[in-house]
Amino acid sequence: MYVELKNINKLFGNFKASDNVNFEIEKGKLIGLLGPSGSGKTTILRMIAGLETPDSGDIFVDGIRINDTPPSKRGIGFVFQNYALFRYMSVFDNIAFGLQVQKQNKNYIKERVLELIKLIGLEGMEHRYPSQLSGGQRQRVAFARALAPSPHLLLLDEPFAAIDAKVRQELRSWLREMIEKVGVTSIFVTHDQEEAIEVADEIIITNRGKVEQKGTPIEIYKKPATPFVAQFIGQSTVYENNEDKIQLKGFEMIKSNEKAVIRPEFVQITKLGKLKHYMSAAEEGIVEKISFRGSYLEVNVKVKNIILTSNRSLEDEMIEVGEIVNVQIYRLYVFNENKTYLLENSAMADNNYIYI
Amino acid sequence: MKNNATKNILISISILFITIMLVIPLIAVIIYSLQDGIEAYKIAIFDKYTIKALQLTLLATVSAVVINTFFGIFAAWIITKFSFRGKHFLTTLIDIPFAISPVIAGLIYILVFGRTGWAYDFLQAYDIKIVFAVPGIILATIFVTFPFVSREIIPVLNAQGKDEEEAAALMGASGFKIFTKITLPHIKWALLYGIILCTARAMGEFGAVSVLSGHLRGKTNTLPLHIEMLYNEFQLSSAFAVSSILVIMAVIILILRTIVEYKGKKAGE
Repeated sequence: MYVELKNINKLFGNFKASDNVNFEIEKGKLIGLLGPSGSGKTTILRMIAGLETPDSGDIFVDGIRINDTPPSKRGIGFVFQNYALFRYMSVFDNIAFGLQVQKQNKNYIKERVLELIKLIGLEGMEHRYPSQLSGGQRQRVAFARALAPSPHLLLLDEPFAAIDAKVRQELRSWLREMIEKVGVTSIFVTHDQEEAIEVADEIIITNRGKVEQKGTPIEIYKKPATPFVAQFIGQSTVYENNEDKIQLKGFEMIKSNEKAVIRPEFVQITKLGKLKHYMSAAEEGIVEKISFRGSYLEVNVKVKNIILTSNRSLEDEMIEVGEIVNVQIYRLYVFNENKTYLLENSAMADNNYIYI
Repeated sequence: MKNNATKNILISISILFITIMLVIPLIAVIIYSLQDGIEAYKIAIFDKYTIKALQLTLLATVSAVVINTFFGIFAAWIITKFSFRGKHFLTTLIDIPFAISPVIAGLIYILVFGRTGWAYDFLQAYDIKIVFAVPGIILATIFVTFPFVSREIIPVLNAQGKDEEEAAALMGASGFKIFTKITLPHIKWALLYGIILCTARAMGEFGAVSVLSGHLRGKTNTLPLHIEMLYNEFQLSSAFAVSSILVIMAVIILILRTIVEYKGKKAGE
């Protein structure tokens, strides 16, 4: 494994920023550290860079323990959240800084910097100052500056947080492309799951200083390992069996100490009377709200006092607010304090069994 | 319309106040200093003791400015770039000279270094003179002007944050390189402004210096002390003539200050 964190702990006063953090990263991968704010993701990044020191535990990069290596000797490139470009230096000098510190040959520095400026598509802007650049351009310069000394590992702290929504979309795919091109192992921190899912090869989810789960975006989406991940990922409705004394058809076996997460893709809405299969598993619901989301409709439907969300194709027959519809729930994630599991709708499963 | 009236009244009051409190006295100083004719003015200014006093004032000022600039940058740096226990306490300590009367500052040094002071035996053994000697005057000046430089830089450094320095450190830049390449360009104007204020204050310092000087004419007299002595001896036109030197120096500093402030603002945009 290229980067390894073993039993890392870090306290800030009474606040446990890292609580026994363990994970491993393969060489060449682009990793997203995802979690709500205050979950300790930036602390992890800063400890790898050497800007913070862990209270206990070991950090390995390429098989070497780097805890006691000074930050500048770790061979790590760091992109700061607000870029931290040197405001009194031009774009060229910003990118050249790391190389100048290493006392590289002047011609080489010039060549390397111009090559990077070309890579980030800012040719002709090398004499500008950071204040004369747009947010997206600054981000690109920060990226080039971090890459200039050819680091083994690139760390990015909330790389898109300070950029407006439209440019952010563009930059995401740009960054993904760049990192693939350069082939550097990278870790980026984000609180935006859409961003993590879109950009990262693998996602590490943190919560309250702990690593909750590590896996590819699909794994994390399909098999949430902990209750936190089940609720955090996706657009989820949390459902409890006991309190409301409601039971959804096919899910009677959910125990009173358990909760369940229902995602939009688990819910199918059908016009009343048009349902062909699994009639026994269908609930009746009232359409509460329909929102147009561009390529699909998001429908909120009330079933036994629970508001469920479902996505509906524009190709489907139109439904209206207030209409009574059939609602089927295929499956849901059940969780209690310490485990989660996927539960298929038993009414539908039974039918299946009979037909086979 | 009503707003306009308020504005005009406020402006008039301010101008009237400044005229009575500042402009008229300053003009008076110049007029008084010239009332015995230009020859008398020249004699007063080129008097042996006046020149000595001017030299001592400049020496004390330059020493205080150099030392306080170093100290100020150093203190501002550690206060803004590091977090440590007792940081707020240190910040408060730096402000002490603003709060304490200069006379008390002078007395403190007498208590420490004077005949009954703690360090007296030690100083005596190595034949070091502080009280009633030039080092005492320099010490007093340093004490009084101590917060000016750091006070000007701290807000600027705070606003800048630590990121740029961290970024440079991550790339392997030494502390010195980080300071000269990243921090200094940032604090340049605030630093100059602080130095100018420090200079102005150091030149005019009276209280603390007065206690420590012993008023030895030609030896431990600074300009402000010399002026007081002349005044007490009823040499009014000489006193005002020497005062005019300080006034002119102050005006030069004010002009410099305005230029620096203007340039600093422009650089900040």
